[in-house]
Amino acid sequence: MNKDLEEKAIDLSVISKIISDHQPFSQEEVISSLQEIQDSYGYLPKEAIDELAELTGTPVAKIYGVVTFYSGFFLTPHGKHSIKMCRGTACHVKKAPKILSAISGYLGIKDGETTDDMLFSLESIACLGTCFLSPIMLIGNQYYGKLTPKSAIKILEGIAKEEQDKK
Amino acid sequence: MIRLTINGQEVQAESGQTIMEAALCNGIDIPHLCHEERLTPVGACRMCQVLLSEGDYKPVLACSTKVSDGLTVITESDELTSRRRAVLELLLSEHRIACTTCDSDGACKLQDYAYRYGADESLFGSHQHDRKMPANYTSENRGIEYDIEKCIRCSRCVRFCEEIQRVSAIAFDGRGIDMKVNTAHGRTLHISDCELCGGCIRVCPTGALSEKAAKGSGRKKDLVKTKTTCTYCGVGCQLELNVDPKANKVVRVTTKPGMGLNDGNLCVKGHFAYDFISSPERLTKPFIRKEGILKEATWHEAIDLVGKRMREIRDKYGPNSIAFLSSCRCSNEENYLMQKLARTAGRTNNIDQCATTCHAPTVAGLSSAFGSGAMTNSVVEIKNCKVIFVIGSNPTEAHPIVGLEMKKAMARGAKLIVCDPRKTWMAKRADIHIQHRPGSDNMLINAMMNYIVEEKLYNKDFIDARCEEFEAFRKNIESYSIKKAAKYCGVSEEDMKSAARMYALGEPSSIFYTLGITEHSCGTDNVKNLANLAMLCGQIGKWASGVNPLRGQNNVQGGCDMCAMPHVLPGYQKWTDPVVREKFEKAWGVSLPMDEGGRVTHFIERAGTGELRGFYVMGEDPVMSEPNQHKVIKYLKKLDFLVCQEIFMSETAKLADVILPGACFAEKDGTFTASERRVQRIRKAVTPPGDARPDWQITSDISTRMGYPMKYSHPGEVFDEMVLLNPLYAGIDYKRIDEDGLQWPCPTKDHPGTIFLHEGTFKRGKGLFQPIVFRPQKEEPDKEYPLILSTGRTLYHYNVGNMTRKSGISDQKQKECFVEINTVTAAKYSISDKEQVKVITRRGSISALARVSKRVREDSIWMPFHFVEAPANILTNDVFDPVTATAEYKCCAAELEKGVS
Repeated sequence: MNKDLEEKAIDLSVISKIISDHQPFSQEEVISSLQEIQDSYGYLPKEAIDELAELTGTPVAKIYGVVTFYSGFFLTPHGKHSIKMCRGTACHVKKAPKILSAISGYLGIKDGETTDDMLFSLESIACLGTCFLSPIMLIGNQYYGKLTPKSAIKILEGIAKEEQDKK
Repeated sequence: MIRLTINGQEVQAESGQTIMEAALCNGIDIPHLCHEERLTPVGACRMCQVLLSEGDYKPVLACSTKVSDGLTVITESDELTSRRRAVLELLLSEHRIACTTCDSDGACKLQDYAYRYGADESLFGSHQHDRKMPANYTSENRGIEYDIEKCIRCSRCVRFCEEIQRVSAIAFDGRGIDMKVNTAHGRTLHISDCELCGGCIRVCPTGALSEKAAKGSGRKKDLVKTKTTCTYCGVGCQLELNVDPKANKVVRVTTKPGMGLNDGNLCVKGHFAYDFISSPERLTKPFIRKEGILKEATWHEAIDLVGKRMREIRDKYGPNSIAFLSSCRCSNEENYLMQKLARTAGRTNNIDQCATTCHAPTVAGLSSAFGSGAMTNSVVEIKNCKVIFVIGSNPTEAHPIVGLEMKKAMARGAKLIVCDPRKTWMAKRADIHIQHRPGSDNMLINAMMNYIVEEKLYNKDFIDARCEEFEAFRKNIESYSIKKAAKYCGVSEEDMKSAARMYALGEPSSIFYTLGITEHSCGTDNVKNLANLAMLCGQIGKWASGVNPLRGQNNVQGGCDMCAMPHVLPGYQKWTDPVVREKFEKAWGVSLPMDEGGRVTHFIERAGTGELRGFYVMGEDPVMSEPNQHKVIKYLKKLDFLVCQEIFMSETAKLADVILPGACFAEKDGTFTASERRVQRIRKAVTPPGDARPDWQITSDISTRMGYPMKYSHPGEVFDEMVLLNPLYAGIDYKRIDEDGLQWPCPTKDHPGTIFLHEGTFKRGKGLFQPIVFRPQKEEPDKEYPLILSTGRTLYHYNVGNMTRKSGISDQKQKECFVEINTVTAAKYSISDKEQVKVITRRGSISALARVSKRVREDSIWMPFHFVEAPANILTNDVFDPVTATAEYKCCAAELEKGVS
């Protein structure tokens, strides 16, 4: 994990802006607020969870319980691009594990980890529900189907280059 | 009523009940792990599966299925046994089988059911994470231990924390096989939101949650349980001391739903703070000061000396030269004996107790208005209040179990008004929080009452029928406009108006107050004015409606009822009344003293002038508890003879000529009277350490040695003598209160006790309206001392701290003295959070850790008085309420400085 990033002071003013869109605040608003907070920071920093609890009067343990229940919430800094590789039955028979290990080798991280440059996180998912496109991965909101190890890496190279260009 | 059949037996149930509730009410056991009678059913454990007809293969869950008329329920069958066995076998695969070393062996529901249904513990293998218990949120905590490998995820603890304690300090972390109980971010318990009430331990069906200190000190099933009354605040919780008889040690404290008004709940002090009982610091031998040094002595020597010296001083300088300080920490019997000692052997009315320090204005104020100076209603009624008006009280910290009842009322939709200079837990959640300036209570109340009259929100019928002197009262409040009061109190006019309206129109409303009202130089006036407010709106003398002082000490109600006070005899009977005098003189065989006597504050002053020479103090620490500590020490040193009867070497005992080691609540029999006037038993669970003796025995021996023989073989005999003289208690005896306790007035043996007072008519006849003129605090802030200092209590410690400071869990949570400072004020002084600061008043200065927050007002600071190394009473002002001599602990002028004192 990137130490510098973790230790960097966090601007908490975002939280009050987010919850102002969720008034009157009730328990039902917790999940959507957390999603927006995660969108903003890329993950859910401790301080952000505490601030959400403080500002809304929701017990912080309850929010923490919600966060740890859903695999879509991250408590540690997460890559800018989140790769979700499907390992459902259809993908599995079409050699998804090979694609996963190719990506893993290319990025130098294991399933569940994030690259040092914070660009990519990799995780395998039980099923993305798009078997007709198998084998498939999801990066952010974009599906990439009918993959081969080669095409998968090409896609990642493309994203990495795009990010490089942005700089 | 609903009729249903369970296992062929026809039973009755109330509509809305679940099958589980109906079965348990009728004495039919349905196995359950996640069900707890006070918690919302979740149907998590699947143990309570029952069938609804013979040959049925689709069971339902008894805990979450409602009863209906004609329902047939089968709770045991081969089918159910095999299902339950499977459930248990799955649970056992997650539960480390460590019954051989587990404290809960023999007191574990999982073990019981596994045995009952023959579950195979190894059928599904084991999913234990690690042989060594992984670190978790309790690893660093001294009180509570969570063993994840014994946890069956029934969620009782999580639900208790959410639904009853309403804190939600813990939740489930993760899901599936890795799910565990955790605090947010796995923060260690004492720095999380946890209030350390121990409720999670009390509801845990296995040994997953336990008291860390009790581990290995005896299996639950082997400990001997003695039911008794909690020794901390005045709520009067019922609990069981679990004693290892071989070690003569209280190992843990338990309680259960249905036991007493606390209904299974306790606070951190009640559950954990009993280390003091077996503390090595306990006094075990009498001490006599010889050539300036306290030396061990025998009981014979000590009693002899006390008896001799007190008598000598009495005879040489007159009875007014000796005084007796009784203690509300002690039992009714002991308080009765102490005042009897003063008035018989002592021949003086110089008898007082610590109510003077706290709630004497309550006794004086409410007596003058209603004719009775006690809490008008009961704890059980609180949940039925529709508007709760809390003023100068912090129930969730000082009276936590009353706090829980208020939380219950809030959950049922009650409105909450909190008038408090601090943002307490309740204040933060109140519908209206009036954060008025300390000491401005009467300005606030007068203006609110004026508004109620102007808006015709008052209850004219009630006033006409049941009260007197309304006109004079009305005239007085006319000059208190909302506008003027809002300005003085520093609160919004709108809030005052809405609060007045809300209280007046509540159906019903009830007032709750504590020392924020009484500990002022206008304490008695404050109380009288709350009585005015209640009468004005007719919010008294009915269910869930009245004026309710929450008494601070375990037996401060009883101490007052026993009248260890100068002006009255047991049962608040004035000794000026010839009939009363005759009754007591006949019973005691002496002629009663006619002197005015004095309060503890007078005793200190008179010690200073040399008027008082001999002072016998039982279970009190005036050096710590009286205002202006430097002066108190100086004056007490002037005494010819000071006796302290104590369980610890208190600050006062350090000055004593003789120290007599007493027994604590766990070591003697007797009764305490709780705030709601409920007389309850305390019972001996362990023997006193060393030569320590129960206070009633010591007092009796001293009386005998002073020339007035007292011979009792058991506190019950003292009680029986007392009830003959005290009409409020006349119908009470040990047998009647063996189970539940009785609430006075209880005039006859067949009287059921009184839940709430003043129904139909006030004790004094008509309720008396008393015009109250606002008087500001005696020491107003000025240029030199610009802030207002208030002192008070926290959840984790108790009064002078000599008991709770010995508790590992309280000490860990709150180690040192602190002072709450507003963020804005702190910035002005460039003080940052957790910085050492000096708090200075005209009387002295002490150091404390700054707690910077928005909890207090900008013009005020607040600090607790539990810490001997930072005694807040060095700072407090020794000015007194003219009626009761109660000191103004809640208001004095102060200044802050950076750095250490």
